[in-house]
Amino acid sequence: MKWLKSAMQQGIWPWLCAGCVALSLLMLGALLALLLTRGLGHFWPSALDEVTLQNGDVVAGEAVRDLPLPNRAGSERLYFTGNRDVDDARWRWVPVDTIKQQTRPAELLRLKRRTWGDFIGYLEAVEVGGERFSGHDAWEQVQQALPLPAPQRARFQLILRTPQGDTLRQPLSTVLRIEAPNAMHVGQKLKAWGSDVWQFLSQGPRAANTDGGVWPAIFGTMLMVILMSVIVTPFGVLAAIYLNEIAHQGPLTRLVRIGVRNLAGVPSIVYGVFGLGVFVYGIGGSLDAWFFDDALPSPTFGTGGLLWASLTLALLTLPVVIVATEEGLARIPDAQREGAVALGATRFEMLKRIVLPMATPAMLTGVILAVARAAGEVAPLMLVGVARLAPQMPLDGEFPYLHLERKFMHLGYHLFDTAFHGEDVQAAIPLVYATALLLVLIVLVLNLTAILLRHHLRRQRGSEC
Amino acid sequence: MLASRHVDQATQAPVTHFPADQCCLEIDQFSLAYAGKPALQRLTLQVPRHRVTAFIGPSGCGKSTFLRAINRLHDLNESVSHSGEISLEGHNIHAPEMNVTELRRRVGMVFQTPNPFPMSIYENVAFGLRLQKRLAKRQRDDIIEWALTSAALWDEVKDRLHRSAWQLSGGQQQRLVIARTLAVQPDVLLLDEPASALDPISTLKIEELIRNLKSQLTLVLVTHNMQQAARVSDYTAFLQQGELVEYGPTDHVFTNPRLQRTENYITGRMA
Repeated sequence: MKWLKSAMQQGIWPWLCAGCVALSLLMLGALLALLLTRGLGHFWPSALDEVTLQNGDVVAGEAVRDLPLPNRAGSERLYFTGNRDVDDARWRWVPVDTIKQQTRPAELLRLKRRTWGDFIGYLEAVEVGGERFSGHDAWEQVQQALPLPAPQRARFQLILRTPQGDTLRQPLSTVLRIEAPNAMHVGQKLKAWGSDVWQFLSQGPRAANTDGGVWPAIFGTMLMVILMSVIVTPFGVLAAIYLNEIAHQGPLTRLVRIGVRNLAGVPSIVYGVFGLGVFVYGIGGSLDAWFFDDALPSPTFGTGGLLWASLTLALLTLPVVIVATEEGLARIPDAQREGAVALGATRFEMLKRIVLPMATPAMLTGVILAVARAAGEVAPLMLVGVARLAPQMPLDGEFPYLHLERKFMHLGYHLFDTAFHGEDVQAAIPLVYATALLLVLIVLVLNLTAILLRHHLRRQRGSEC
Repeated sequence: MLASRHVDQATQAPVTHFPADQCCLEIDQFSLAYAGKPALQRLTLQVPRHRVTAFIGPSGCGKSTFLRAINRLHDLNESVSHSGEISLEGHNIHAPEMNVTELRRRVGMVFQTPNPFPMSIYENVAFGLRLQKRLAKRQRDDIIEWALTSAALWDEVKDRLHRSAWQLSGGQQQRLVIARTLAVQPDVLLLDEPASALDPISTLKIEELIRNLKSQLTLVLVTHNMQQAARVSDYTAFLQQGELVEYGPTDHVFTNPRLQRTENYITGRMA
């Protein structure tokens, strides 16, 4: 009862404040938990059911979810059945009441294919050259053939049978993975899950962004953010130094400062419009007219690209860097500046040797904030250079290696595109969660790097030098 | 006995005019204002070479302002205006041919709160040296050892020269700042209440250091502490509201002040 008494004395305010903190943490936790379970759960090799309906139909696939039917007429179950090349649909709703029999055959396979999405069914036989293997031999042949390099795999033809009894031929070279989830134990499932996650991270998208990985989008996001940081940091730091250290502290400086702080609140799409008008059409158009006129009318720099996107986002995050750096500069005691000047340092020497090193942690804070903002920004990018599918990476082995004029993929835009522009919404949902999780993780990793760097710098200054 | 040496027998007035070869700083009708508000008014006095001259006076009387004027720290502040002349060894410090950074090297300054830079002890002392001509490491090491020894700090820090200066105690930090200033071999050392943020033992060390440094350079000390002024200074100037009230040999000012105002302040009878 002691705590209650002290609570009564302190009134309701501490509880209200603590409640707000708790609620914020709870919502944050719920967000992360949702992304983690939905995003990572997608890659877990779930069991495959084969159900026989009262009307004789056979449905095989992964049970995704149950939905109650209206008027208490039981419920309906959604199955992922794959085999889009056979029956033109990858999903099937089945009223639970009509299920006559449900089994989990160990031989039921799930094939990840380069085209047409997944196949769910049975392996009938394997043809190698003229030879035909069936039954258990077929499975062993496939296990041996899968790790082989592509040209050797091309000799293998799989004869597959759908649960409904149709057969189809599938060249092994178009198969990415074969697994029999019903026959796998937890260790194997974990391994399959790991390799699926890795493929998601390391490969390009397939089937109009509804399948495959997001590596180009990860790479594009990182490259764009890094380029943006490289552009915005010197600009922001120099501007902050001018505002705080060099400019006469009068009404004009105050006005500029207020202006800079307000720029941070301008909606990002406005920056996108500015980037499109000034960078893409203005500067990019002129560059094309002067240097790339032989390629016209197809634009080189006169269309959205990596450079213009980075520049636009640099502009967007500039106020953040300026404000953070300025706050860092303002925290440095004047005694440090006077100490340096009193020893015969010029203003430049004082700035370079005392003020800048002391303000570095604050600058890094600014860059951290800028990175966090830029990595998650989508709206302006849609105007200045992001693509839903970029045929070439912006960084490759071809001279000049960094292709600033190329369009690039971005996780945020990829998320938007998968969620709303895909033809297969059901397939997109888990990918959306996974991509969202990845976006959060990337921002986290970029931030952590900067925080560790800042910590390192601080410690270095605290003990050793 | 010391007093009698400085007192003009004929008038019983203290001698505060020095021949050119004994005069380090000469202040002539120097006035200074912050944004039009006067802080120093027509100050005229001479500071003797290789002596400790203390400036005392109530808060806001302009002591620190005066000190900062001597190495032109006010240049950083655009709202400060001044008139009159300050000469260092016969050269006007505001003359166009005077190099400000060179002036500041020759006139070192130690502030109220210790302000070591966020670097190692070694780098702190080397800071001023690195701003000037390039020195061989050997030579620089020698100067740093000499400066730290002069500041009575060498024995305490010689084993941890490359540790952060911020790990030192307040008193050690202040002596480090003095060593940092000594390393560039100034002619004058300005001390702005150097011991006011320190404990009594550190204060005693700083005072002893001030007395010892007299043989090397001219010291100008601003202090709130009457006993400190009496203990370490040879000459004392009393400032009130930006004006020089009384200036003379310390013994004379403290034992036999010419004006009632001075006596009231020294004995603590001032409101």
